[in-house]
Amino acid sequence: MAKKKNSLFNMTSSLFLITAIAAFGLAKVYDATKGPIEEAEKLKTETAIKEVIPPFESLETGEIKCFDSEETLTVYYGISGGDTTGIAVESFTKNGFSGLITVMVGFLPDGTINQSKVLKHAETPGLGSKMEENKFKNQFTEKHPSEYKLQVKKDGGDVDAITASTITSRAYCDAIDRAYKSIWEGGTK
Amino acid sequence: MNQWTNFTKGFIKENPVFVLLLGMCPTLGVTTSAINGIGMGLATTFVLVMSNVIISLIKNFIPSSVRIPSFIVIIATFVTIVDLSMKAYIPDLHAQLGLFIPLIVVNCIVLGRAEAFASKNNVVSSLIDGLSMGLGFAFALGLLGAVREILGAGSVFDFKFINPEADGILVFVLAPGAFIALGYLIALINSLRKS
Repeated sequence: MAKKKNSLFNMTSSLFLITAIAAFGLAKVYDATKGPIEEAEKLKTETAIKEVIPPFESLETGEIKCFDSEETLTVYYGISGGDTTGIAVESFTKNGFSGLITVMVGFLPDGTINQSKVLKHAETPGLGSKMEENKFKNQFTEKHPSEYKLQVKKDGGDVDAITASTITSRAYCDAIDRAYKSIWEGGTK
Repeated sequence: MNQWTNFTKGFIKENPVFVLLLGMCPTLGVTTSAINGIGMGLATTFVLVMSNVIISLIKNFIPSSVRIPSFIVIIATFVTIVDLSMKAYIPDLHAQLGLFIPLIVVNCIVLGRAEAFASKNNVVSSLIDGLSMGLGFAFALGLLGAVREILGAGSVFDFKFINPEADGILVFVLAPGAFIALGYLIALINSLRKS
């Protein structure tokens, strides 16, 4: 079969047809994957909450204002038998080595840090990404920010930085600090 | 050309990374570990195979002066399908590969094969060409990823074989290491190819 001629009608009609079919196909795929994508994201948040605060029966969601900016943080209160067992804050920092880092920080009701987990980051694999390992993040466990200085040792704080990733370590402290200060100092519910 | 040589050419003889040197951006960007490289390679394979098949099916209906825009639309459609499906079913790998998935659209191999092969050959040859080039790309990325992971982190496929507390040769996980490792691999593959 010979190739179609380059007439205006042929060009527009074939392009139109291709784009129309592509758009239709994409709409179908988008519809089909919308549910699973939302579920995957919800599951990720839920697993993170379960990891950072003690076991709970039900979960309440709230929002607080960030202590130093206009942005809001999402807060999850773990409730068991009428008492709050833990507070998880979806905190962030803009001081990462490559952009935004989102961290889920879990506190006990009195403000003691329980555990934290990175939700999203773009740090260098093998260097900054070590903040996801227990060796680094477990040092915060059971520390209360009022007597534990959330800064790396180089800056006069109490936190052991990751080798060759001081910037990332600083950013991580900043995220935890932001979560703590927003709830207990100055933040409004 | 028989189909077997058509299939095997992508691995060594016309390997897209080591010989044709196409698609360098994802090659250098995502190969920080073997699993990332292979994941990226397989996503590209899917796009290559599908776009090659579709383009060779409709090659006679597209007037030659609008063929490039048509190819791009078709490629972009499959890339978006891959992007959405990965986000839905393998979110962890998707998070690792990040921006590089949508960037398959501008991967030279995909458009290159559409223009140089699929628009001139029949469906079966184009399908095999897509598979060959795609798997060759996955093989190259996996190899480069494994080399960088072994040297840089002392592990392969997340299996750590050095003291877990110890670090590898850090430069290999960073961008300069990608260039160094790629350079040596290209030299090695080309000396194999010539002998």
